Amino acid sequence: MLMFALRRILVSIPVLIGITLILFIMLNVVPGDPVALMMKEHASAEVIARVRAQMHLDDPMITRYFSFLWNAVQGDLGNSIKLNRPVTDLILKAFPNTLMLAVCAALVSWIIGIPAGILSAVRRDSLLDRFFMGFSLLGVSMPIFWSALLLQYVFAMKLKLLPVSGFYGWKYMILPAIVLGWSSAGVIARLTRSSLLEVMRHDYIRTARAKGLRETGVISRHALKNALIPVVTIMAIQVASLLSGAVITEAIFSIPGVGRITVNAISSRDMPLLQGAVLFATALVILGNLVADILYAVLDPRIREQMKKAS
Amino acid sequence: MTHSPDIAAPAPEAIEEASFLRDTLRAFRKNRMAMVGLVFVTVLVLAAAFAPWISPHDPYRVALDEQLLPSSTTYWLGTDNFGRDVLTRILYGARVSLVVGIVPSLISLSIGTVLGILSGYLGGKTDFAIMRLADMMIAFPSLLLAMVVMYTLGANLLNIFLALALVGWASVARVVRSQTLALREKEFIEAARANGTKRGVIMFRHIFPNVIPTLIVLFSLSIPEAIMWESSLSFLGVGVQPPGASWGLLVAKGKEYMFQAPAVAIAPGIAILLTVLAFNFIGDGLRDALDPSMKD
Amino acid sequence: MTASSDTILSVRGLRTEFKGDRGHVRVLDDVSFDVGRGKIVGLVGESGSGKSMTALSLMGLVPKPQGHVSASSILLDGTDISRLDAAGMRRIRGRDIAMVFQEPMTSLNPVRRVWEQVGEPLAIHKGLGRRAIRARVLEMFELVGIPEPKTRLDAYPHELSGGLRQRAMIAMGLICEPKLLIADEPTTALDVTTQAQILRLMRDLRDRVGTSIIMITHDLGIIAEMCDEVNVMYAGQMVEQADVFDLFERPSHPYTRGLLASIPRATEPRTARRMPSIPGMVPNLAKLPPGCRFSPRCGDVMPICQRAPDLVGIGSGHAARCWLHAPQDALPQEGTS
Repeated sequence: MLMFALRRILVSIPVLIGITLILFIMLNVVPGDPVALMMKEHASAEVIARVRAQMHLDDPMITRYFSFLWNAVQGDLGNSIKLNRPVTDLILKAFPNTLMLAVCAALVSWIIGIPAGILSAVRRDSLLDRFFMGFSLLGVSMPIFWSALLLQYVFAMKLKLLPVSGFYGWKYMILPAIVLGWSSAGVIARLTRSSLLEVMRHDYIRTARAKGLRETGVISRHALKNALIPVVTIMAIQVASLLSGAVITEAIFSIPGVGRITVNAISSRDMPLLQGAVLFATALVILGNLVADILYAVLDPRIREQMKKAS
Repeated sequence: MTHSPDIAAPAPEAIEEASFLRDTLRAFRKNRMAMVGLVFVTVLVLAAAFAPWISPHDPYRVALDEQLLPSSTTYWLGTDNFGRDVLTRILYGARVSLVVGIVPSLISLSIGTVLGILSGYLGGKTDFAIMRLADMMIAFPSLLLAMVVMYTLGANLLNIFLALALVGWASVARVVRSQTLALREKEFIEAARANGTKRGVIMFRHIFPNVIPTLIVLFSLSIPEAIMWESSLSFLGVGVQPPGASWGLLVAKGKEYMFQAPAVAIAPGIAILLTVLAFNFIGDGLRDALDPSMKD
Repeated sequence: MTASSDTILSVRGLRTEFKGDRGHVRVLDDVSFDVGRGKIVGLVGESGSGKSMTALSLMGLVPKPQGHVSASSILLDGTDISRLDAAGMRRIRGRDIAMVFQEPMTSLNPVRRVWEQVGEPLAIHKGLGRRAIRARVLEMFELVGIPEPKTRLDAYPHELSGGLRQRAMIAMGLICEPKLLIADEPTTALDVTTQAQILRLMRDLRDRVGTSIIMITHDLGIIAEMCDEVNVMYAGQMVEQADVFDLFERPSHPYTRGLLASIPRATEPRTARRMPSIPGMVPNLAKLPPGCRFSPRCGDVMPICQRAPDLVGIGSGHAARCWLHAPQDALPQEGTS
């Protein structure tokens, strides 16, 4: 098991490096002088030249890439041009907020999504089923920025139940978490439902019934564990979509997280900051995939068997 | 995978003419939601195409004395902060959103199919390389990747196509690859190989046609995804730029006037929602019709 | 055949219907048979004959509400289980009447250990604790001949071979010492060697423990080897019932005769003759022919076969549903027929 985990980690590293390469290339082939673009206001030639030298912008691409990589491994992601502070510091300061948002949203999605999916499957084609699946479909089809605005309008502006934006206490987390968690909940509910329905068709469910087990027992002791395996692995992969959604959610609710940093970095053309933030986000996604793979192995003994054979 | 035997379901009627296309269409027609979706999309496409003729007002005319009006008989959804009719803006926005939904999907589908078939059929180093690349693409959170591309290339329509295509090709490639792998083991492929058919011909003539049903489903399901991404990009300011009228952009601009005239921001969002739902219904309907065993 | 204390199961008038888009389909029509205590009774027929459906109907595993089971009586050791409600059926399922299914590969839950699953009936019906269950399961493993039983307890299903899994399934069926064990094609999915072992095990159990078994199969060879009595089913009906020797020596129903004739025999002289088979196809249960269901395929068909024959005794525990063997007074007077 440990070997498996180690091997997966080892495989992830080249992927991460490959991504840094792609990212680096994309961000550094921007036509035009990044510094000049950024400092449009006070664009004196000497200042620009000085900053460029400081950032080694005139060195060949390969050198710059490797020095970036070398620094990144040591935790130095460069300096934000606009704010003139280390990118790593800015990200580390913003990350806990995003983490909190993501965790709350994830909790919302699991607490709502899994029971909804189970109930829908057990009471298939009933009104409850249609309601839950309709709700899920809505969650998946509504753009996050729109549902955010809608909820903000209804609950914050009109009903004045919750704060509009900002980040000064747990109350400020409710709307953002719901908005972000809603679409995730939809995905999880649909997956849980279809997974459970699929599992219920298997022969071993018939065997369980043949033993005289009550239907609730059949579901809880035989069906659920099998059905939840794909759901659990999806949850870890949801990290990617949660991060994408966080970008928008943070923008609308003015939450100082990594997402907002990204948006600001783009509008102020702050390349190092953008690079650092996206890299960070991607590393998180890769971590999430890793956890998903390991979880899958933990839950399904057949996979563990395959792994043992492979090593 | 064995399931409990289909316990004496009433046996089928006399075997009708089993045409795959006919069966698929029939199954699709039976699906009410899918048909509703189809009707909606058709109406939308027509409305978008004929927008200049059917719009009640001029989308570009600014009338500062008629700002932020509530809905009325003249302006069905009210006006925005420049006095422009919201409904007209939405109709024109439909053109953008539909194009941005369809074109990148076509591109990503093409790239993904080619790479997926190559990867699945040729195996070995090709497979490895393509799949590692796909892994990397999928590891990127989609929106962030699109944002980076827009940052790099600049925010205009063509770049949006490229960005969204880049985001979408990898998952298409994966699906096509796994289908190819399954098809590769089938006897008719072996027979073709035994006949000495060239690899390229096998891939194009034999594997590709069998992948088409999946592609159709993927296509109809990737359109709403593209629309969602584009609207998010435009909302954040890195997509369609003003004075263009993407729905996402409309919501972004209307956000500031939520209190006075919520319709300006809400209405385009509803348009997005309905369009995405419609395409999802169609896609689900197609998937259920083409492969009923996948239905729950 | 009359019910007596030597009969562990007595089924009368079992009828199972399914509600479809186009009305009701009767999958089992007036099925009646007995199982003697300590006997192995065979239920033989092609796919779609209704043999598995009979088992499921007896067990109460027919999916509701599409399916509906009714019977004049189903006496299990004297108690009429056809009158039981769902909760009542659940109580006897796994405890008094148990079933072993055809596919050992998929009939066990892949994510739970074998001992937990085999011992589950004990937890359900006898409320035993973990330790007691493990001990019992170990005993059962030894009984069914699983080698190295102690190490196998904690195994997962995929770690066992098909033969071992089927033994485990049999252990699971017997663990509550049921009055009746129904085995639905228990060896069809296994290779020939394992098949022989499993069959030997089942005969063993019958001899040592006195288990009464209903053996469902399409394989006449298994019938010959295992069963004391045989019931032949066709298109949802019982068409012949006999003692096993009687069935093979004096098959009465044309269908049975057709089945026996189509067994390829190694001892027959090799002629250019094609392998005999019964012409035609199993009828569509939604569109049955009038009268005798086998008549479209029968070589001895007569005009009277337009009327549905009853199952009638033809002496010494042998019964057939065929006008060829009906008592003379049942045939209508129509001159020469």
